[in-house]
Amino acid sequence: MNAAGVRSVARIVARDDGRGGTTLPVLASDGPLALRRTRATGAGARVMLIGAMSGPLGGDHFTVHARVEEGATLSVGSAAATIALPGQAKGEARYDVRLDVADDAELHWLPEQLISAQGSDLCVTTRAEVAATARLVLREEQVLGRTGERPGRLTSRLTLRVAGRLVLDQELACGPGAPGGWDGPAGLAGHRAVGQLVVVRPEFGAEPVQGGVLAEGAALMPLAGPAALVTAVAPDALRLRRLLDEALAQLG
Amino acid sequence: MHLDHHHDGPAAVGADAHRPDGSRRALRIGLGGPVGSGKTATVAALCRALRDELSIAVVTNDIYTREDAEFLLREAVLPPERITAVETGACPHTAIRDDISANLEAVEDLEDAIGPLDLVLVESGGDNLTATFSKGLVDAQIFVIDVAGGDDIPRKGGPGVTTADLLVVNKTDLAPYVGSDLARMAADAKAQRAELPVVFQSLRGGPGVADVAAWVRGRLAAWTAGA
Amino acid sequence: MSRAALLVLADGRFPAGGHAHSGGAEEAVKAGRISGAASLAEFCRGRLHTAGLVSASLAAAAALGIDPVTLDGAADARTPSPALRVAARKLGRQLLRAARATWPSAELDALGRQFPKGAHQPVVLGLAARAAGLGPVDAAYCAAYESVSGPATATVRLLSLDPFDATRVLARLAPELDRVVDRGVEAARRVVDDGVDALPAPSAPLLEIGAEVHAGWPVRLFAS
Repeated sequence: MNAAGVRSVARIVARDDGRGGTTLPVLASDGPLALRRTRATGAGARVMLIGAMSGPLGGDHFTVHARVEEGATLSVGSAAATIALPGQAKGEARYDVRLDVADDAELHWLPEQLISAQGSDLCVTTRAEVAATARLVLREEQVLGRTGERPGRLTSRLTLRVAGRLVLDQELACGPGAPGGWDGPAGLAGHRAVGQLVVVRPEFGAEPVQGGVLAEGAALMPLAGPAALVTAVAPDALRLRRLLDEALAQLG
Repeated sequence: MHLDHHHDGPAAVGADAHRPDGSRRALRIGLGGPVGSGKTATVAALCRALRDELSIAVVTNDIYTREDAEFLLREAVLPPERITAVETGACPHTAIRDDISANLEAVEDLEDAIGPLDLVLVESGGDNLTATFSKGLVDAQIFVIDVAGGDDIPRKGGPGVTTADLLVVNKTDLAPYVGSDLARMAADAKAQRAELPVVFQSLRGGPGVADVAAWVRGRLAAWTAGA
Repeated sequence: MSRAALLVLADGRFPAGGHAHSGGAEEAVKAGRISGAASLAEFCRGRLHTAGLVSASLAAAAALGIDPVTLDGAADARTPSPALRVAARKLGRQLLRAARATWPSAELDALGRQFPKGAHQPVVLGLAARAAGLGPVDAAYCAAYESVSGPATATVRLLSLDPFDATRVLARLAPELDRVVDRGVEAARRVVDDGVDALPAPSAPLLEIGAEVHAGWPVRLFAS
């Protein structure tokens, strides 16, 4: 690794094969970002991201592009949690995720947690562009520090557009150096795991989900568009996952 | 006369006597008074007495949200879409006097939702003797006290007792039990209010709310004549 | 333009409905997260740097003359909680009423026609500032200050907190408020060239979740 950190761009393209299945004409790993096609449980294709568990380090810049073309179905997971670590290179690390879902396509983006280790400095951006009749399930989980450890600096911005219209734009900033009050009674209040689940379905346009409190620390919120957001906070990653799994099950 | 020139559109200013389309809006009557004096019971009785002849809606300003609105709903004095509650942030007098915006919005929403109304009753949260309604919110106000609150209240005065367009002394049936002297209350009220009217009422039997209902009809006739 | 108009617009007694909203403090008090002056300060600090910054940038952008419909969409996207969107529009509608009565303006009238049920309050605030002859910095100050003065006032009522303590909380936040206003105005100026995505989008998870908790209560003192 050089002092400037690693630049790594991985790409996935999912395409309808015309026979009710999905092919992956592009599945391009890059450096530490390794992609593997795995056996799918349903009609679509399934990809595991297996490389990034010990990164990104300071100065690294990772990018993952996933494009799901018209009528295709793709599910992406990761083999283990991603851990942001301090690096030898100065400055923050970046992790950018770009998701494009075309009409009648479906994407399940369900990676494991992102763990912000002590001394790390990571900026994550996730941008999802979803067509009017596309479907998306997207989960992000941020865990502040490994067990008993203080968190690093983490900034995570999540942007969702449906049919070109901005539906969600929110940024979470936490850890040392984050603007004041992030761990206070308005922010996380000592919770060490925070997560978002975004669900986009065309039918939500005519019939928005009934929002409200799902459990302590978790709320289901219909957005101003055909989408819903679950925001949850929990003491740890395990309990956070349980809240988000229950929320997804409730959405059916 | 219609002097309104700058506030077209739905957010017309409250004291304006006209709807945005130029027609005369509903008469708004405020009911204020101390906690437990019988404001909500009077509103309920007024609705029952007048609902067959007038198109009525009610806005409540609860100290603790929705209690009074829910009482009116339970009592089914009006269809539910004609009753709405305003949250007052622990300051009911602010919501009816200093910052009336939430109440004006509620009144407008009622007229938008159910069409032209004849009468909107705005009930304040139970508050102290100084709480009065802004003239920007209501056209006339009724102050409700009761005999059990002490027969010296009319003598003590205060803006509600002194200036309300109608003073209602409620629960007269309890006077013998709490040792209140109705004659003295009437004399004190007269001294404080000069020619402004006072009604003594008991909602348990007798003529009930009839006198207050008659007063409301009179105000409404004057309001309509002013159109 | 008169700078003193800022005092009228920023006055807590400006009759625009704010007194009935706690900015999330009522829920945080009941949940035990605000229990005194120290936790109120941390609550306000967190709100200032998230919802306060978003509001300040929206208000500044509106004061600069950016299209209010676009800004209102940006506000929606930055407000996932439907309870908070409802509260923001309620307050926007009430502010519009007060502003139109105070500083009649064609822009405010047009906003009322575009949003009969109310635009997001910071957008209205920016246009109200324009109508009052004020600029983007003034609008941002109003928005940022309101983001903390509301919860502080509400907490005085909810906890019977010493009002001097609550006022001291606000005074001590002043330097951070200046920085939030600077960031908000800077972002708003970028909108002119880069569009509304240049607006900041910081969020506070427990403000969003708490707003949904609060909206579900059958009985409460504050509207939000």
